Parts: sequence; C-alpha cells; structure tokens
Amino acid sequence: MTSTLTISTLTKRFGEVAALTGVSLSVAPGERVALLGHNGAGKSTLMKIILGLIPATSGAVTICDAAPGSAAARRAVAYLPENAAFHPALTGLEQIRHYLALRGESPALAMPLLEKVGLAQAARRRIGTYSKGMRQRVGLAQALIGHPRLLVLDEPTSGLDPVSRREFYTLLDDLAAHGASILLSSHALTEVEARTDRIVILSKGRLVAEGSLPDLRRRADLPVMLHVTARNGYAPDIARALPGAIMVGGALHLTCPQSQKLETLGRIADLGDKVADLEVLPPSLEDLYSHFSQWAAQ
Amino acid sequence: MIRILSTARTEFRIALRNRWVAIALILMAVFSLVLSLAGSAPTGGLGVDRLSVTVASLTSLSVYLIPLLALLMSFDAIAGETERGTLSLLLTYPIARWQILLGKLLAHLAILTLAVLLGHGLAAAVAIATDESSLAGLPALVRLSWSSVLLGATFLGAGYALSSLSRRPSGAAGLAIGLWLGLVVLYDLALLTAIVADGGGWFTTDAFPIALLANPADAFRLFNLTASGATAAAAGVGGAADAIPLWHSLTSVLLWPLAALALAAAAFRKVIP
Ligand SMILES: Nc1ncnc2c1ncn2[C@@H]1O[C@H](COP(=O)(O)OP(=O)(O)OP(=O)(O)O)[C@@H](O)[C@H]1O
Ligand SMILES: [Mg+2]
Repeated sequence: MTSTLTISTLTKRFGEVAALTGVSLSVAPGERVALLGHNGAGKSTLMKIILGLIPATSGAVTICDAAPGSAAARRAVAYLPENAAFHPALTGLEQIRHYLALRGESPALAMPLLEKVGLAQAARRRIGTYSKGMRQRVGLAQALIGHPRLLVLDEPTSGLDPVSRREFYTLLDDLAAHGASILLSSHALTEVEARTDRIVILSKGRLVAEGSLPDLRRRADLPVMLHVTARNGYAPDIARALPGAIMVGGALHLTCPQSQKLETLGRIADLGDKVADLEVLPPSLEDLYSHFSQWAAQ
Repeated sequence: MIRILSTARTEFRIALRNRWVAIALILMAVFSLVLSLAGSAPTGGLGVDRLSVTVASLTSLSVYLIPLLALLMSFDAIAGETERGTLSLLLTYPIARWQILLGKLLAHLAILTLAVLLGHGLAAAVAIATDESSLAGLPALVRLSWSSVLLGATFLGAGYALSSLSRRPSGAAGLAIGLWLGLVVLYDLALLTAIVADGGGWFTTDAFPIALLANPADAFRLFNLTASGATAAAAGVGGAADAIPLWHSLTSVLLWPLAALALAAAAFRKVIP
C-alpha cells in the first residue's frame, strides 16, 4: 500500500533559526510513529507544516496524494495541537457538536464521543471551568471525529493521568487497527516505547534516527546490563569468573557489548547452581535517545 | 452551508454569553427611546410628522453608534482566536477561510439587526402613539433600518480586516478605535475645515462630493437625508451636500459592505496562526 504521509527533504527556517533541516519521513497506513526530540527540536513545527498551517521553506509533503492544507488533506487529517485551547464560554458538548458539523458529521455523535474520552459528566459545563486534563480530553475527542486517515497528535498525553494515558493508547490501537496512521510527539519515553511501531528522533531540526525499537537498539550498539544474583557464599566465585563485574547491594552488575551478549550469558550458564537469578536489561529508550541526540550533536 | 451555519450559531452563542447581544440591544433601545421622546417635543411648526423628526435624529446617532458596535463586536474575531490558540486547530478543519468569516458575519450581523429592529421599533411605537400622522414617516424608518444593517456590515468587515492584520486583540482594539475616530469623527471635521478654507472653490464643487461618498459613514448619512429630502434642514456636512444625486449615495451604501468584506477576506487569507 502507498504511504499516508510522505515528507522529503523538508527544510524550515524562521529567519536565522533553522527549525528543520532536510527531514525525510514516510508513514504507512495503520502505522503508529512516535516523534521524539528535545525542546525546540522542531516536532511541533514539523506537524504544523504537515497540516498546512505554516509553509515549508523547501522540500515536499504529501498527505494521501494531496498537498498540506488542501481541502482533500484537511478532510483526511485530524490534529491535536500542543496545549489544546477552546473558547471558554462554550460547553464541551457545544464545542464538539460544532466540530462534528464542520466535518460534515451528525452533531448527535457528540455525546458518545465525549463518553469515549470520559467527559460525559462535564459535557454541559463550560470549557472555561475545565481542568487541563479535561481540556486535553476535549482535544482528543475532536481528533477522533469521523474517520481520519492520519492523526497528528502533538504531545497528546501531556496533562493526562496514568490511567487515562493507558485508555488513550488503547483508543489509538483501535484506530490503527482500522488503518489510520498516527504521528505523535511525546516526552514520555516509556509509554511511547510500548505503544508505537516506529520511533523517529529529531535533534536540532535534523532527523538523527528512525526505526523500530529493536532496530535502534541494534544500531546504537549500547552495552547490555546484566544483573547476576549469587547463591549464598558463591559471590566471590562468580566475580572471579566474570571479570569486570562489580558488587552492588548483593548482586553483581556487569555490562557487555551487544556482540558479546550471548557469549557472556553462556559463561553465566556454565556457573550452574552458583547463580540464583539473572536479569538482562537492554538499553532503555532513554539511553537510546540520549545516545542518538548526543551522537548528532558531535 | 452547514459549516457556515454551525459557525454562525456558535459565534452567536459566544456573543450571547459575552453579553454583546445584551449590550447592543440595550444601547440601541435606550438611545432610540431617548431620541424619540425628545424628538416629539418641539414638533408642529415644521409641518413634519414626529416619526420623520425622530428618523433624522436617529440617522445622526446611527452614524456614530452602528460603526462603534460593529467594531466592538468584530475586533476580537480573528486576533482573539490567534491569541487563544483556537485558530490553528480550526484551520485544520475542512472549512474554507471565507466560510469562517461568513459564519462570524452572519452571527454579528444578526445581533446588529436585532438591535436596530428593537431600537427602531420602539421609536416608531412612541412616535405613532403620540402622533397619528407619524405613519407617513415609516418608509424613511425602514430605509434607515436596512441601511443601518449595511453600515454595520461594512464596519464588521473593517473590524475583521483589522483583527486579521494585528496579531493581538489589544492591537486590534487600538486600530478599531482609530478607525472609528478617523472615519466617523475626524473625517468630517477635516472636510468642514477644508470647505471653509476653500471658500466655494474647486474643492467644494468637485472633491467634496467624492470625499463624502468615499466614506461609508458619510454616504450612509447622505443617503438617508437625501432620500427623505431633509438635507436642507440638516446641519453640518450633510447639509452641504444637497447637490449629490440619490443613486450616488445609494451605490456607495450598497458597495461598501462588499468592499469591506473582500478586504477582510484578503487580510484573513494572509493570517498564519
Ligand atoms: N513562529 C516562530 N517564529 C520563530 N521561531 C519559531 C517559530 N516557531 C518555532 N520556532 C523555533 O523553531 C524551533 C522548533 O520549535 P518547535 O516548536 O517545533 O519545537 P518542539 O520540538 O515542538 O519543542 P517542544 O518539545 O518544546 O514542544 C525552535 O527553535 C523555535 O524557537
Ligand atoms: Mg512542541
């Protein structure tokens, strides 16, 4: 299938500031892509260009064979801005009914949508009285309207409590299963880790890494951490057998390069009974993230 | 069409909750009542019915009040959405920018129309209740009503244009007040000064009529005074212009709303949220 979103060598400058430099990316139908990067990396700028809100300096973007901001593209794309804002004098229900009408959908769908994001109780209160998380939920509800082919979500879980975050990602899984592409940015690496298919790391406006999590692990080639717990009294034996291991609170901590992981595990297995427990800790997304960001900075 | 109507309904609701509806209705009602009660006192000698007298004073009032109300309602329309951050989301929806403007215009124009109808209705009721012959003044009142709505549309369009041009509501408010002072107050003063200095020369005969027609507020006053044959009785700028044919001012009254709205659409197209 052709991709929902294609970006090629996109560059955006704000006067002297190079917000994006030569970014290329494509997102397939049903794919969930996470956009990571430090503050000011260019995530929001990239999204605004995809939506046609600001023009690119150079490069090309196509959404479902249409240009950003064209009527066809706007019909196909749903957006959740960072810090979603609404008119404080309207109630949540009125606001969603209006958005439904703008997308040519029946306003009667407003209440079910608000129920979906857990706002049914507050639907008839003015948005001016909502908490930050509740406003964010109104934003989510409007992004779910219709059947968008692409959802562009700028920090969608900011302000949501942990349970709501889980529910939110379940909603996304559902949409992706029906073929919608999802591009979201986030600073919450752990949730992104489990809930997206592909990760894109931006640093100072450049795309520095892109791939699935195992992909990135392989490429970064960061050392694996092994925690070995010895059976009573055997700790010195094990320490001797595993040079480089250090004792931390009753367990031996050992790092080894990816390439020697199996060999090291083999040596630990040879110790047999002396080992009570073994834990293998692959590099976390945080580690990968700082690796790629720093590598790019050099 | 559904999109425009939904926008209009939402904007009307917001204006209702922001008290703009109440403010417009009360202002128009109070001023119209005051003028119609005051206007009914010295009548008799002139051979004119009470309603016609009231219409003449309502015309002078509307020149100031309608543009002011229209600008107050419209200056926040775009700049406010930009500042709140609601515009960027709205512009990703499948609604064209001119449709957004049209939706807002419908709502604001509906409020102005309600205010005008209420004010003029009260004025008519007072005049007719006190003077049977006032029925003769009804056509002039109807003419004043629809031309007031058109004048409102012109200044709503101007307000949207200013709102699009300035990034902040405070800046838009400043520009709106400047426009009101310039077109409604200072413009006439400047014209009168020029006429006095000119002493019946080229400016008075050639430039002055064009200058009147070029200003939507002056064209509105001129149109209503000419149509009711009251230019001679009216003081000031209106009185100096009895030579301008009715269809000139009518054309200006009809064209200005279109021009102002086209300007607003052009300015809004350039807005980057
Ligand atoms: N309208 C603008 N005018 C000038 N510079 C801008 C504008 N918008 C963004 N920038 C600059 O572009 C760069 C990228 O900003 P952007 O908002 O895309 O970052 P981000 O990755 O979304 O950051 P965050 O994680 O803080 O949301 C920053 O240096 C920012 O200052
Ligand atoms: Mg951002």
